[in-house]
Amino acid sequence: MLDVSKIRADFPILSRQVNNKPLVYFDNAATSQTPQPVIDVIVDYYSNYNANIHRGVHTLSQEATDKYEIARQTIQTHFNAKHAHEIIFTSGTTHSINLVANGFSALLKKEDEIIVSALEHHSNIVPWQMLCERTGAVLKVIPMNLEGELIMETYDNLLSDKTKLVFVNHISNALGTINPIEYIIKKAHAVGAAVLIDGAQSCPHIKPDVQALDVDFYVASAHKVCGPTGVGMLYGKEEWLKKLPPYQGGGEMIAEVTFEKTTYADLPHKFEAGTPNICGGIAFGAALDYMNNIGFDNIASYENELLAYATEQLSTIEGLKFYGTAKHKTSVISFNLEGIHPYDVGTILDKLGIAVRTGHHCAQPIMDFYCIPGTIRASFAFYNTKEEIDVLVEGVKKAKMMLS
Amino acid sequence: MTIEAIQNEIIDEFSMFEDWEERYQYMIDLGKDLPIINDQYKTESNIIKGCQSKVWVHAELNDDKIEFTADSDAIITKGIIAILIRVFNDQHPKDIIDANTDFIDKIGLKEHLSPTRANGLVSMIKQLKLYAIAYQTQIK
Ligand SMILES: Cc1ncc(COP(=O)(O)O)c(C=O)c1O
Repeated sequence: MLDVSKIRADFPILSRQVNNKPLVYFDNAATSQTPQPVIDVIVDYYSNYNANIHRGVHTLSQEATDKYEIARQTIQTHFNAKHAHEIIFTSGTTHSINLVANGFSALLKKEDEIIVSALEHHSNIVPWQMLCERTGAVLKVIPMNLEGELIMETYDNLLSDKTKLVFVNHISNALGTINPIEYIIKKAHAVGAAVLIDGAQSCPHIKPDVQALDVDFYVASAHKVCGPTGVGMLYGKEEWLKKLPPYQGGGEMIAEVTFEKTTYADLPHKFEAGTPNICGGIAFGAALDYMNNIGFDNIASYENELLAYATEQLSTIEGLKFYGTAKHKTSVISFNLEGIHPYDVGTILDKLGIAVRTGHHCAQPIMDFYCIPGTIRASFAFYNTKEEIDVLVEGVKKAKMMLS
Repeated sequence: MTIEAIQNEIIDEFSMFEDWEERYQYMIDLGKDLPIINDQYKTESNIIKGCQSKVWVHAELNDDKIEFTADSDAIITKGIIAILIRVFNDQHPKDIIDANTDFIDKIGLKEHLSPTRANGLVSMIKQLKLYAIAYQTQIK
């Protein structure tokens, strides 16, 4: 059981007002809010031990390096990776995907096939299209049904010995669908293809075990799990990370540099060129600690309660249509009011202090599938309440009244 | 009427509203009332990019004055367009180019003026002025 009022007290932003109304923050799928313990870690870093890492002999540099590497271990433990050096710090999910896509340029050839799903964020589409342009590989798409679930029979048929890579999100940001990644991974491995799972939306709700999943790459962003923006992670199996060439060149990633030849540093530094987001990495670790303290089982069961309540309450509004009604989904609700543009609803809700997202959610193919310009998306976190959902429902009713 | 006179008229009208709700309801009603563009002009090339809602603008020169028509698929955006068109329609290009748009702030719609807001109001004003600049060169 969660003590939600105690948890809410950890988040200073939740007590602010927006347009003279108490903030109701339901844009958690875009970015989560930051609790005081994580803010404290950020302040502590800049107040007490801000220094560049990995190359200084002085005390501050040593302290910063230690904390940064401890954060890497925290992330390793969280995802149950076998080695700490299988965790690469990146600037976020987008960077992680680009890193892998770039590496595969060297491994793919013309007419190799790579498979994406219809449910992806643009971040997990565009880098692979660019990869196809560079290599002549062909992009195949796992389609979805009306409920927003991927069609596994078609996936089975897409797989062949030409398939080299499959990349799918664990949870869809636009609809909240939880994808059957265990099945997807197993089937891909059966034809010798590698799998990358975009965990940007799953990590706020689920604690993934990369070894149990046997996944080859798993990527996530800190800012969706109560951490800061501009930092994230790539998990890669050691064998894969050794196989991929470095992404960016620079300091930190080298063993030795001469003008004739440079040798690269070992993992993880091979993929961490330049001064990283040191404070961000440390705060990422603190954010995972914070969430683990609350407990992912507690988080998931409470969020499911919020999802069920919101779905039930919103269903009472006539003319409201849900998008994404998968059997397995997280606390994301995408909807529209009949005949009303989502942008208009979002504008009225904002006036009422309610933060939701409107638009295509960086997933235009999904909107095209439903033939809509976008949706209103309310996404809930463990610090939200049923009372806030009541405010949303009243707000949607008001928007409907004003706009129709 | 001059652009400034129309703007003052609008400021007067909005000053009667007590709160955001009345202001928005008025704009929504303006938006509903107006079929403001001929469907033949709802073309891809008349769309202003960078908006969550679609915005179309069309301009013609008649007797050295510009006649604007526009539309949007979102009603609040359409209401704002209706206000802009009321201000700029049937004016000389030079007056449009010189006009300032502070009145939007004064009628409590400042948030829509932020260049990062995805409603395209800023791009739309820019587009109206670009039309004016283009037509200005056609006038002797
Ligand atoms: C499923 C998914 N993938 C990728 C991303 C991109 O994450 P970031 O912007 O942190 O790189 C997001 C963020 O919204 C997402 O939801």
